[in-house]
Amino acid sequence: MSAQSSLLNSSRFKAWEPVLWLLAFAAPALSPSHALIINEIAIVALFAVSLDLILGYTGIVSLGHAAFFGLGGYVAALFAKLVMPDPLVGLAVGMLAATLLGALASFTVMRGSDLTRLMVTLGVGLILLELANKLDWLTGGADGLQGVVMGPLLGRFEFDLTGQTAAYYSLTVLLLLFLLLRRVVHSPFGATLMAIRDNRLRAMAIGIPVNARLAASYTLAAAVAGAAGALMTQTTGFASLDLFEFHRSADVMLILVIGGTGWLYGGVAGAIVFKLMQDAISSITPQYWTFWIGLFLVVLVLVGRERLLRPWTWFKRPSGGGKA
Amino acid sequence: MSTTLNDTATVLSAQGMVMRFGGITATNNVTLNIRKGARHALIGPNGAGKTTLINLLTGVLTPTEGRITLEGQDITRLAPNQRVRRGMVRTFQINQLFDSLTPLQTLALVVSQHHGLGLKWWQALGRNRQVAERCEQLLAQFHLTEVMNQQTRVLAYGKRRLLEIAIALACEPRVLLLDEPVAGVPAGEREELLQTVAALPADVSILLIEHDMDLVFSFANFMTVLVNGTLLTEGTPEQIAGDPQVKAVYLGHGEEATHG
Repeated sequence: MSAQSSLLNSSRFKAWEPVLWLLAFAAPALSPSHALIINEIAIVALFAVSLDLILGYTGIVSLGHAAFFGLGGYVAALFAKLVMPDPLVGLAVGMLAATLLGALASFTVMRGSDLTRLMVTLGVGLILLELANKLDWLTGGADGLQGVVMGPLLGRFEFDLTGQTAAYYSLTVLLLLFLLLRRVVHSPFGATLMAIRDNRLRAMAIGIPVNARLAASYTLAAAVAGAAGALMTQTTGFASLDLFEFHRSADVMLILVIGGTGWLYGGVAGAIVFKLMQDAISSITPQYWTFWIGLFLVVLVLVGRERLLRPWTWFKRPSGGGKA
Repeated sequence: MSTTLNDTATVLSAQGMVMRFGGITATNNVTLNIRKGARHALIGPNGAGKTTLINLLTGVLTPTEGRITLEGQDITRLAPNQRVRRGMVRTFQINQLFDSLTPLQTLALVVSQHHGLGLKWWQALGRNRQVAERCEQLLAQFHLTEVMNQQTRVLAYGKRRLLEIAIALACEPRVLLLDEPVAGVPAGEREELLQTVAALPADVSILLIEHDMDLVFSFANFMTVLVNGTLLTEGTPEQIAGDPQVKAVYLGHGEEATHG
């Protein structure tokens, strides 16, 4: 195989990819009663995919990704309330705000070890949370922002109580941004991000402007996280401090661990598993569902995702045994 | 031979390099001139300041005093990646590779970056015909074609070492700094590497830092000897081999000094 076809092979669409998306888009129609959770999964998946860009592809660990999710959400909600109720314009404005914050915050992740970055991103998240809490004349503070009324999508589709419009809206935005990020990670630009992730020293030694690339990646991820946040407030008609809470940043990290990093689809798979588990377990034991999520996480990390998905390998020796 | 060398232009020049770390002077007034197309070896016992000098040249460190020019332009204060763009590229003594990528992806990304496509986010890596062709060329040149689709982390050490140099050459350097290219390569994989190093393009000026005296004397046409951060002497391999000073401080002490 020639070098070019080998290279292009990895970015080519696999047969299962369109199938997965067709299933996703068929789901709200096939099972209207699940439209609300499908909407939520699509939003969380988008949020997780945005984290994957910086964590999986660029190697920036973050425990404050909710800062961008929350900002996008609040700005979109405020825009609907104070300026105009059109969802698409609101989405764009929410993304723009998150992009600006991302560009600003990217200076905090250029240097330092993983631990420094964890702390700095956590700090930025906490600052945003407290700002939203303190600016209660604008954000509603701890009571949340009430009375967000969205206009119809494209002037035609009303957001109804069944969540059909919401689910299709979120799925469409997820698909478009996913395709965008998919393109980005398979491009020369995306390859330079992976080079930085794998070996920053060498990335610099082949002429990659490392800090500029980190900033670009972080800003793009912030924009996508902002879109996810905007979808959340637009489809629920409500913005609360919960958008900025630490558990959101932690959950999305957990989702990526479940689905796998550096793969983009890991965010989608993780979101599906996480949300369905949360839904199923919390209907059995509403107060203690995090116990089971925690247990699942411990088992997953200790056993490994590959082995967990292949039960028939559980009782075999690790590879390399051969004939004894 | 030395007259023809003197006639050719200096590509890289480091004048009066001084580097102090606190009270310690690691590099003390070293002047180094690399001529166009040179095969220039930098030798010296451990702790002579070779690595510090490399770090000064590549911009990892900023000198306390001194001036570096590359093709006549002052690059003393340029960042490492800017120096790469001007044509000075290095390899590392300890492999610095992109472990999760394949050799093909690695070279494609380096070539793309070099061709100014590093910000192109809408096109797939390798879509550009020239990039793909250059990758094929480099893979063949460095004997990496048959392993081009394996993950770099699983490659044999000799292949990793070849990739280490291939990455640097993919940046199309005018000055190439080779930091102990054969260090740690097992005997069976050594010959392939030595031949590849010997076959590097003649128009690329090379500064070789090496402990292996066989390689140094077979490869270099000019040598600089560094001892305790200062320049001891310079000259052709014949001059260096016959220099009693060098014998006393360096070759005389054994090490791998088997030649000369």
